[in-house]
Amino acid sequence: MATRAKPITDERVRKVGIVNKLLSRPELGAVVGAILVFAFFSLVAGDRGFLSSRGIVSWLEVSAQLGILAVAVSLLMIGGQFDLSIGSMIAAAGMVIAISVVVYGWPMWAAILLAFAFAGLVGFINGYLVNRTGLPSFIVTLALLFVLRGATIGFTRLITGRTQVPGLHPQAEGDWLAFLFSGTLFGLPVSIYWWLALTILATWILLRTRFGNWIFATGGDPEAARNAGVPVQRVRIILFIGTAVAATIFATLQVLAAGSADVARGRLKEFEAIIATVIGGTLLTGGYGSAIGATFGALIFGMVQQGIFFTGVNTDWFQVFLGVMLLIAVLVNRYIRHRATVAK
Amino acid sequence: MKRLLLFSALLAFGLAFAQGPARADIRIIVVSHGSAADPFWSVVKNGVDQAAADMGVSVEYLAPEIFDMPRMAHLIDAAIAARPHGLVVSIPDADALGRSIRAAVAEGIPVISMNSGSDVFQGLGVLRHVGQTEYEAGFGAGQRMAAAGVTIAICVNQEVGNVALDLRCQGFQDGLGEGASTSVLAVGTDPVEVRSAVMAALSANPDIDGVLALGPLGAEPTIAALEQIGRLGQVVFGTFDLSPLILETLVAGNMAFAIDQQQYLQGYLPIVFLTLYIQYGLLPGSEVILTGPGFVTPETAAQVIELAARGIR
Repeated sequence: MATRAKPITDERVRKVGIVNKLLSRPELGAVVGAILVFAFFSLVAGDRGFLSSRGIVSWLEVSAQLGILAVAVSLLMIGGQFDLSIGSMIAAAGMVIAISVVVYGWPMWAAILLAFAFAGLVGFINGYLVNRTGLPSFIVTLALLFVLRGATIGFTRLITGRTQVPGLHPQAEGDWLAFLFSGTLFGLPVSIYWWLALTILATWILLRTRFGNWIFATGGDPEAARNAGVPVQRVRIILFIGTAVAATIFATLQVLAAGSADVARGRLKEFEAIIATVIGGTLLTGGYGSAIGATFGALIFGMVQQGIFFTGVNTDWFQVFLGVMLLIAVLVNRYIRHRATVAK
Repeated sequence: MKRLLLFSALLAFGLAFAQGPARADIRIIVVSHGSAADPFWSVVKNGVDQAAADMGVSVEYLAPEIFDMPRMAHLIDAAIAARPHGLVVSIPDADALGRSIRAAVAEGIPVISMNSGSDVFQGLGVLRHVGQTEYEAGFGAGQRMAAAGVTIAICVNQEVGNVALDLRCQGFQDGLGEGASTSVLAVGTDPVEVRSAVMAALSANPDIDGVLALGPLGAEPTIAALEQIGRLGQVVFGTFDLSPLILETLVAGNMAFAIDQQQYLQGYLPIVFLTLYIQYGLLPGSEVILTGPGFVTPETAAQVIELAARGIR
């Protein structure tokens, strides 16, 4: 007589309700932080332009550009490494595109592909150096921050005699690849779509693939991971290539929007990306975090950076305001995570 | 009685509309490419603040912390979203900022540009430009030197290829006139290199009697070079822009003039023009309102030093 087998329940395993499951996710703090920041600015500045359609697009665009970087950086930080060179990479990639097109007459799509190939090279160098020397990635990528920035300035002045290379808008007309990186779709700038796509991709990689498991393992405990058969060195190199590629996507979007490249671009973006990632719930020590969190962290950053303006606060005090709001966002984040993960 | 009150209320209402918003309600936003921490731009901001106080309107000043065109474009977008009555921008890069400025114009916001963009502002729909145009400033310098009897001059250009600087030298050449010969001395920005280059040029041709520098980057090493070969005060020496050393040299009488673009006016005047345009539709007739060249001479240098300390020059 066949009876439907009863599901085996183990009384030692506590049933966790779905609400608690949500509360213990790493991105919860960032989501709550984003809601609070949004509520704050809507109350204070909603009628001064923060909630107008143009206003929303303006802070979404800033969030999107930072989000593209933050998502890649979050994967790297979960893997236990830092990349301080992405700011310089942004300038370098932008200059590679601009010089190829303006000085050497390459078509725009070829220049963009060259920039991505260059990103692969830089990412590989970062990862290889970290693997070979065993130095903290903080130091290795800091060195590359200077080397890349200096090389960008040096080569640009050598080839063009200037520090800015303009004249890209006409070259981008009708180019099939440039088309993907510029303009708007349904009223939203294309950077927002890139941001969403990269967030979905990174989350899927992190949570649904074996490679994602490897990332968590490499960041949590590299020795144990290696003993368990995870190719730690390869994972690191791929993650560094990921951040360099994200920097190049950012650079391409920026260069096509501005129509020019500048050796000074991208400064301090590496820190902004780390801030957004940490607000998003990723630990500085690695092994724990979330790409969705980093996206919400970037959202908070964008809302604050553009939103401050709508409140009418005197521009001289911008940076004070920015720092205070970020501190509060991180504290809220930590408090919520603490409340949610404390054993009940 | 009620009818009379209603009628006067309507009349007042109508009159209010006929003359635009009241000054206290006017909101103008200034977006420039120079942060208020930069001493040059803090003078501009002082002009903006004083104009706001004098005209009784509210003005916000926005700028990125460093020279950052994409950030400035974002600031202009945010400014448009705030729906001000008027917008003042500087246009150092028409490619990067053009889309945002055109969007502001399309929204019906009157835009006036200042400081940079004198050659591109009309194409973007900007109403007027307030600033110093490079060619005219160089021309004025050339005329002044011609009046001082200069026949052979050099123009020390620390960034050949920078259109603004090239125009200054070009204007200088034309201002000196056909009776004089001018050449451009191309140098880099390293002070030691500039000094050597100037010394070499002056030693190679002792007949040079006029030297024009295009800013403190070129002027200060030139002062050192002239001193070193003992000709400080013997050539007619002028420069663009001011710096403490330049002002000192002027006071000592070793320099003929320094060209001040009077950036205080670049902050002050656009607010005045926009307020009057918003209220009454008035606008000056000329498309470019020149704030320079303002020649600072040994006679006026002392007063300028005092004003510089107050953030007005």
